[in-house]
Amino acid sequence: MAQPQQQSQAAPLPNEGQQAPSPYNSKLHIPKASSRPGETPDFSQLQIPDAGHTEKPPIDTDAVAMQDLAYGLIRVLDDNGKAIGPWAPDLSAERLREGLRHMMHVRAYDERMFRMQRQGKLSFYMKCTGEEAIAVAQAMALNGGDMLFPTYRQQGLLFVRKRPIVDMMCHCISNAKDNLKGRQMPVFYSWKEGNFFSISGNLATQYSQAVGWAMASAYKGEDHLACAWVGDGSTAESDVYHALLFASTYKAPVILNVVNNQWAISTPQSFASAGTTFAARGTGFNIPSIRVDGNDFLAVYAATQWAAERARQGLGATFVELFTYRSEGHSTSDNPEAYRAKGEGQAWPLGDPIERLKQHLININEWSDAQHEQQAQELKDDITRDWKEAISYGTLEEGPHWPVQSMFDDVFKEMPAHLRKQRQMMGV
Amino acid sequence: MNKDPNVLVMGQDVGYFGGVFRCTEGLYEKHGAHRALDTPITEGGIMAAAIGMGVNGLRPVVEMQFADYIYPAIDQIISELARLRHRSGGEFWSPVTVRAPCGGGIRGGQTHSQSPEGIFTHVCGLKTVMPSNPYDAKGLLISAIEDDDPVIFFEPKRIYNGPFYGHTSTLGNGGSNVATSWSAHPAGEVPEGHYKIELGKAATVREGGDVTVLAYGTMVHVAEAAIKSSGIDAELIDLRTLLPLDIEAVTTSVQKTGRCVIIHEATRTSGFGSELAAEVQEECFFHLKAPIERVTGWDTPYPHAFEWEYFPSHERIIEALERTLAVD
Repeated sequence: MAQPQQQSQAAPLPNEGQQAPSPYNSKLHIPKASSRPGETPDFSQLQIPDAGHTEKPPIDTDAVAMQDLAYGLIRVLDDNGKAIGPWAPDLSAERLREGLRHMMHVRAYDERMFRMQRQGKLSFYMKCTGEEAIAVAQAMALNGGDMLFPTYRQQGLLFVRKRPIVDMMCHCISNAKDNLKGRQMPVFYSWKEGNFFSISGNLATQYSQAVGWAMASAYKGEDHLACAWVGDGSTAESDVYHALLFASTYKAPVILNVVNNQWAISTPQSFASAGTTFAARGTGFNIPSIRVDGNDFLAVYAATQWAAERARQGLGATFVELFTYRSEGHSTSDNPEAYRAKGEGQAWPLGDPIERLKQHLININEWSDAQHEQQAQELKDDITRDWKEAISYGTLEEGPHWPVQSMFDDVFKEMPAHLRKQRQMMGV
Repeated sequence: MNKDPNVLVMGQDVGYFGGVFRCTEGLYEKHGAHRALDTPITEGGIMAAAIGMGVNGLRPVVEMQFADYIYPAIDQIISELARLRHRSGGEFWSPVTVRAPCGGGIRGGQTHSQSPEGIFTHVCGLKTVMPSNPYDAKGLLISAIEDDDPVIFFEPKRIYNGPFYGHTSTLGNGGSNVATSWSAHPAGEVPEGHYKIELGKAATVREGGDVTVLAYGTMVHVAEAAIKSSGIDAELIDLRTLLPLDIEAVTTSVQKTGRCVIIHEATRTSGFGSELAAEVQEECFFHLKAPIERVTGWDTPYPHAFEWEYFPSHERIIEALERTLAVD
């Protein structure tokens, strides 16, 4: 099985910055980026198996016996939008349209919030453009009682679980209706009612906590699993290996996802991938590990369903690499043209998840361009209406916010004397 | 880096990109990818690798992307870096400098706004520095890099682009950096070439006779503006290095004024202000005319929406000055 994403050559060092000549062969290897500004984006070296090519093993298959899947790529939708192969899920047209709608809704939301940040209405924002299929298809494949431990780029989970959009916006502008009481930066959502864990802001810390949550579920004999996400760059954090070892040791009912979107701010995935796939390292922990086309809604859905079934049958964890591409900057704080070639996103060979699912639905005569355009406009209008409602409860700069003294609440369950004293000192 | 080929910078996004705060811009082009070394996102791993490189003769300058991200590296810093010389009977040491942007005022919420200096001054074997202006930053950083002991070097991110005087009402766009610049500030000019500011030496920013104000980092500028608007004859000391502390500068001033107000942005309880208050009362007890005052961040995580209520404001600083002056 071919291994994609090889980076075996050292980066060419700039003239003045050459490593000093040495009589020995020893030299520091610096991994290469897929592209840097001024270069022509080229993903032709990626080994991408055809849709339908990858086998689907029984859910009780041993990790080592199925290790090819850690180096392959589960794909269902081919270039013509046809669903083929053993992983094609049995989903009604209605469910597919639901998935498409959620993805389009997320994109409309991201676009609006990004623009509002540029106008100074939000302090910060992060889009998930090009990665919508991951959160949306995964949430649709899970049960409502399953606990989600997301990063900052899985806002789609909230759409599937029907969190009111206005509430998400109110959080992002820290107004009086923000369920996080003005304490967190935008996009670090928390929503207990929807079994969506509080996003920390520190990377990968919750990945291993998800395993603990799953261990408790097994301990109590419940049917709920935990599902956690981490980015390609964050796999470098030790928390990821804590998660893998505990998940493997206790066969915890957990799905551990790596969203490999190729970039960690300016740092390419080659600084974390060790020259092979991310899924490959799950096999070392004896956890069945699969690699999935993250821009293929059907493949993501099927893989998640497979992993969820394993968890619910007591077979333990699954490690899933979702192979995708971060089309936009890391956040509103960086300009990707400063560190990767312009147009790299257009060169990405696995396309756009919304376009691909749309094409599939049109192919099976369950959708049309006209319907698509109409829906895009409706969602845009919905978002505009939601935004207007959200700011009616207060804005970041003008308020109203939560009362300022509320910052002293929730540090402890009951406020100790020293905090009461400080609150008095604040004079409110 | 020109002077010593064993000096290198390493950290997340510090190489090709030049750092998220642009602090290492141009080093990759000038010195190469191996001396402006991009790393995986693993603070503990970065720290451990830097320690090993330091043991093997290099002088790594680590950038922790935010001071808030330093905690995964804390075992390596506290149990290893800080104690290596001591536990090996002086056989091994690692002269690592750890740079970390700290402090709030950029709407960074609780994971991009912290001032954890007090955690590191509490650890024996670490030197801890926080400059307040570009001239000092360069001189102190060179001293830190050339120092054979590990140095934790905090850079207040609020003043990267210009001094911040605490006038929060004029801030727009989420309180992010407004168009202040260092060009008008006397310490904004940074000379070319090599110069050092000795670690452990404070600077007197403003002389005065009635009360001593101890501050560092962003708070030096906020305190300066607050003193100015209050009309109080306060002496303002910029500590620059927290450990080793310039206790002589502190005691000389407090023995002269008999009053002391300590200002920092970090949380209050067990903050570095507690140590300063203890030192001042030990050294100056019989000179003190009033209780030592502290103006600090509150003992809560840094709140996104209430940055300026959290941040020591002019109002709070002036109240503290007036309280201490009211005691006869």
